[in-house]
Amino acid sequence: MQNEWIYIGLFMLVGVIIPIGAIAVAWLLGPRKPNPVKQSTYECGIETVGESWIQFKAQYYIFALVYLIFDVETVFLFPWAVALGKLPLFAVLEGVLFILILIAGLIFVWRKGALEWV
Amino acid sequence: MNFWNDPINFVSVWLRSLFSGWGMADWLVNVLLAVMGIVVLIICAMVLDIMLVWVERKVVARFQDRFGPNRVGPFGLIQPFADIIKLLIKEDITPVGADRIIFNLAPILAMTAVLLLWAILPLGSVIYGVDLNVGVLYIIATGAIGTLSIIMAGWASNNKFALIGAFRTVAQMVSYEIPMLVAMLIPTILAGTMSVNGIVHAQNVWFVILSPIGVLIFIISAIAELGRSPFDLNEAESEIVAGFHIEYTGMKFGMFYASELLHTFTFGGFIATLFFGGWRGPYAEIYPLLGVFYFFIKAMFFYWVIMWVKYSMPRIRIDHMLAFNWKFLTPLAFVLLIVTALVDKVLAQTNFHATGMLLANIIVGWVTIEILRIHARGLRKKDEIPAKPSTQAAHHQPLRGEK
Repeated sequence: MQNEWIYIGLFMLVGVIIPIGAIAVAWLLGPRKPNPVKQSTYECGIETVGESWIQFKAQYYIFALVYLIFDVETVFLFPWAVALGKLPLFAVLEGVLFILILIAGLIFVWRKGALEWV
Repeated sequence: MNFWNDPINFVSVWLRSLFSGWGMADWLVNVLLAVMGIVVLIICAMVLDIMLVWVERKVVARFQDRFGPNRVGPFGLIQPFADIIKLLIKEDITPVGADRIIFNLAPILAMTAVLLLWAILPLGSVIYGVDLNVGVLYIIATGAIGTLSIIMAGWASNNKFALIGAFRTVAQMVSYEIPMLVAMLIPTILAGTMSVNGIVHAQNVWFVILSPIGVLIFIISAIAELGRSPFDLNEAESEIVAGFHIEYTGMKFGMFYASELLHTFTFGGFIATLFFGGWRGPYAEIYPLLGVFYFFIKAMFFYWVIMWVKYSMPRIRIDHMLAFNWKFLTPLAFVLLIVTALVDKVLAQTNFHATGMLLANIIVGWVTIEILRIHARGLRKKDEIPAKPSTQAAHHQPLRGEK
């Protein structure tokens, strides 16, 4: 168990080093002749107006909130799914009830109009 | 024990005896062997990635009635290497005002996220990096790292197009993760384990037969997670130029491009693993290298299917994309999950398990299509009623000057 995660850690290390290596080689081989025009923000030739880090649409935030609820609760379903074969029927029905509550939440969000892109 | 029955163990036993003979400590030998295995696996993935560039260009050319690369080497096979040399000797430009650390970290993280998936990809019965007992959750977790890298790239570029691309990515990948998670719960239920290799071992009957709708949901949400057309809103060329990687040049752009292709192939592999028996096939248990061959055939097939979808569908609008996910895929996935759990529980010990599951899926699919038909009919009626008088009025409107 512990060894597996050490393996993943080693994998991550090698997996970070290889792209860094590729980019480093490109950095060594490539020319470096910066000038202000080349380094300016690319917006199809038009000069940038104002800040780039602008405020964004609140709609994205609402979708992220809805996602958060579902994601956390789906993760709870994984242990239930793994143990399904050994569970008594009652426990399976409890899991189904949990999913139904999730669906009720989805219907609530839907009726509230949070899923409309305005 | 011979090489053909268990190649990795065979080589590792030989290397272990060699290193121990040199007087190395036990833990050092273990780490060294693991690192060697990892490097070999990652290099295989990278070489495959280079070939995928060629496959991608050749297939898209065929879809669009062109020849594709055919000048450099036989069938243009050397073309991707020429591409790499070009990317390597390009100037590395960082735009003014970019957040340098995050800007440089993003392409590295994009590639790492994909490579990490290879740690658990079961290529053969004994050929895999590691068999995690939470494999399915691990897939989701590394997918989130990929999303993070795109957000970082978009945010750090100091470019409005890139920022819009990043926002769209958040909305899209975050939304489609729900049906993907639920679709992954179905093989977990059927196999009774989250370990990816365990799921392959459990597939005496391919899970695609037990849950065809689950496969469809998984493929659609996987395409969206990969950000490939028709869900390529994060880099929509005609709207926001190149989206999140607009400011990247040279090898940094190459990393994004390569990671996208490898991610697609890896997900093709996971579709094959979770639903189509992975490395299983005739004699694959005895000769693992044959299993690797079967795995690559299946993964390549799904890679091709994803490409087929990509080059035949127009891009969908963002509101349609979100509505399709939240109002169709997510409810359908949850309903399918309930049906799968109940049918599996009731029929687990009987002989009708596979038949019952297939039947349940057909019923769910039929009911879905009926609901969609009724809904579409309602929409059409709503369109018709106000439309009629207005068209007639337009038709009878007299021209100016006409009495």
